[in-house]
Amino acid sequence: MATLKELSKVEERFVGGHRLCAGCGHGITVRMILNAAEGSNVVVGCATGCLEVASTIYPYTAWKCSFIHNAFENAGATISGVEAAYKALKKKGKVNGDFKFIAFGGDGGTYDIGLQSLSGAMERGHNIVYVCLDNEAYMNTGIQRSSATPTGADTTTSPAGKVIPGKQQPRKDLTAIMAAHNIPYVAQTAINNWQDVHKKAKKALEVEGPAFINVLSPCPRGWRYNTPDIVEITKLAVETRFWPLFEVENGKWKLNYKPKKYVPIEEFLKPQGRFRHLFKPGNEHLIKAIQEEVDSRWLALLERCGETPELPPR
Amino acid sequence: MKTKVALTGNEAVAQAMKQINPDVVAAYPITPQTEIVQIFSSFVANGEVDTEFVAVESEHSAMSAAIGAAAGGARAMTATSSQGLALMFEVVYIAASLRLPIVFPVVNRALSGPINIHCDHSDAMGLRDSGVIQLFSENAQEAYDNMIQAVRIAEHPDVRLPVMVNMDGFITSHAMDVLEVIDDETVKNFVGTYVPEDYLLDAQNPISMGNFDMYDFYFEHKRQQVEAMKAAKEVIKEVGKEFAKISGREYGLIESYKLDDADVALVVLNSAAGTAKGVADELRAKGIKAGVLKPRVYRPFPQEEIREALKGVKAVAVLDRAETFSTCGGPMFADIRNTLYDLKNDIKVVNYIYGLGGRDLRLEHVQQVFEDLENIRKTGRVDETVKYLGLRE
Ligand SMILES: Cc1ncc(C[n+]2csc(CCOP(=O)(O)OP(=O)(O)O)c2C)c(N)n1
Ligand code: SF4
Ligand SMILES: [Mg+2]
Repeated sequence: MATLKELSKVEERFVGGHRLCAGCGHGITVRMILNAAEGSNVVVGCATGCLEVASTIYPYTAWKCSFIHNAFENAGATISGVEAAYKALKKKGKVNGDFKFIAFGGDGGTYDIGLQSLSGAMERGHNIVYVCLDNEAYMNTGIQRSSATPTGADTTTSPAGKVIPGKQQPRKDLTAIMAAHNIPYVAQTAINNWQDVHKKAKKALEVEGPAFINVLSPCPRGWRYNTPDIVEITKLAVETRFWPLFEVENGKWKLNYKPKKYVPIEEFLKPQGRFRHLFKPGNEHLIKAIQEEVDSRWLALLERCGETPELPPR
Repeated sequence: MKTKVALTGNEAVAQAMKQINPDVVAAYPITPQTEIVQIFSSFVANGEVDTEFVAVESEHSAMSAAIGAAAGGARAMTATSSQGLALMFEVVYIAASLRLPIVFPVVNRALSGPINIHCDHSDAMGLRDSGVIQLFSENAQEAYDNMIQAVRIAEHPDVRLPVMVNMDGFITSHAMDVLEVIDDETVKNFVGTYVPEDYLLDAQNPISMGNFDMYDFYFEHKRQQVEAMKAAKEVIKEVGKEFAKISGREYGLIESYKLDDADVALVVLNSAAGTAKGVADELRAKGIKAGVLKPRVYRPFPQEEIREALKGVKAVAVLDRAETFSTCGGPMFADIRNTLYDLKNDIKVVNYIYGLGGRDLRLEHVQQVFEDLENIRKTGRVDETVKYLGLRE
């Protein structure tokens, strides 16, 4: 495992000049993932969304490796086409060096509109890594709900109104859906834990065949927390078990981090403007329901990982 | 070496694809195109081609993967029909704007709804403004020949655009036809190897493709696509001449059939041109100066050639196998009428919509059209500009 100092010397492939908001999780995630591909040529595929729009404004690009954006819902298919080209051209001796293929999609481009394209690419077994930059809403179009948006969140299409208090449905468990594809490697990680991200990116890049990583990538604008607190907010997502860190290697589920004590979900919700309405007097039951959802998902995950299904000590 | 063989249109296209031996094919089944993917898959399974075959989960992904492959530096193809092409709509535009030379046969079938599997041109017409080159084929021979030429047209440095090769669903795709195929080696030499200009897998020169393009550049990029389309007209003619050397069959932008001295003419795409030519022959025997114009290339639109070919006729009927719902006639009608406008010699142009959803175009229908044209020519009067052929009203 590389040290942070060593990693800081790896030549960056996603560089300054992009127009992501200050403190956007996407830039951090992308740099961490690409760092792990050190030593290989990389082609990045990217779905439409904040990352693409902010990093490739013609005639500029923030990408030092080859990059292709095609459309919103087809990063999976597009990168599988590039990988197929690589196989064909490599056989004919027409490519110099080895290449890795990494696709980035937002939660909208991955959980929702691009799910079919992603599923197809994974099922076909291309040697690719798909990274979902999950900021829990369609941020690029102005914070609309996606199937990754958590219960209760106030978005522009699940607004907290007088009768409906934000998003009514629980989040889709995309990481489990990807694991159900029986691909060699699936993981869920978060940027507060750089070692975890790095290790998982390395594994994903090393396995033969498709790999999927779901990264919690906070959006200060859409979540409405104090921008410099990105690491703290992500850490709270992990400590409250809202966003567990785990991996599924060749079908074997493994929990990568177990919080020492029971941190209530309020701690994650409270600093964020998108959940502010939940803290109005009379809405206690809403938070209680969210807590129950988090706890039951946690217990189910522990069971899948072969751990004793119990909540952390309070 | 040339060999006469009996093949269906689909078999002929698959045969051409085998001889072209592309690096990547990404495709999805749909009637009446399905046979092409099936036959091609068996070529892959039997090691008869070197192609990476990507059996995608949809046509949207088929074109998306073809885009990824072509951007990667590979010679890439797909194939589809109707709903498949409609599903691809979004990414066909992207393939064109990325200037990727993807060749893709489209076996023309009516668009839903109601769902129907038979021939019309609503699928191809839906993408006429997407920036891809559209070739049309009267029969299996032309479909085969167009596929081989399409590779050279698409990859020409002045063009670098996708090429859609159309043929009529069932009528051409499933009917057994006798055609001449060229030997593998000659086709291989004719298509040559693909040399991409800028591509993702160039390790020394990484590139960003599909960038976000604002009002400061988008317009210029669209204009460049128009220039490429203009250049394509010359390239298509050049490639057609070269193709004549290996096949004995020369292709241009249009086929003019007995138009030199024609009084009345029909303009029609694909297989119906065969029927029209047959009827024109009969009428000629009766002293009526009938001719037929078959655009082989529909996009870019061969305006000058068509104007030149039709300038002497008195009355023209455009046969459209697609509706526009403009209530002013079919898509090709608008193009042809526009083309003849500048001649200012009062050619009467009328429109017939025919064959939607696979409705037969019978000899009597074509005879009726010519009869109408003769009447228009004699009286100088057009009673109805847009009519429907073989329709129960
Ligand atoms: C087919 C299609 N539908 C809708 C859009 C509009 N659109 C562009 S980006 C986007 C949302 C992106 O959300 P997400 O994938 O979560 O990425 P984020 O911007 O949040 O990182 C939408 C709806 C589009 N470009 N294409
Ligand atoms: S809106 Fe959110 S996701 Fe988009 S660039 Fe800004 S911080 Fe990043
Ligand atoms: Mg998002």
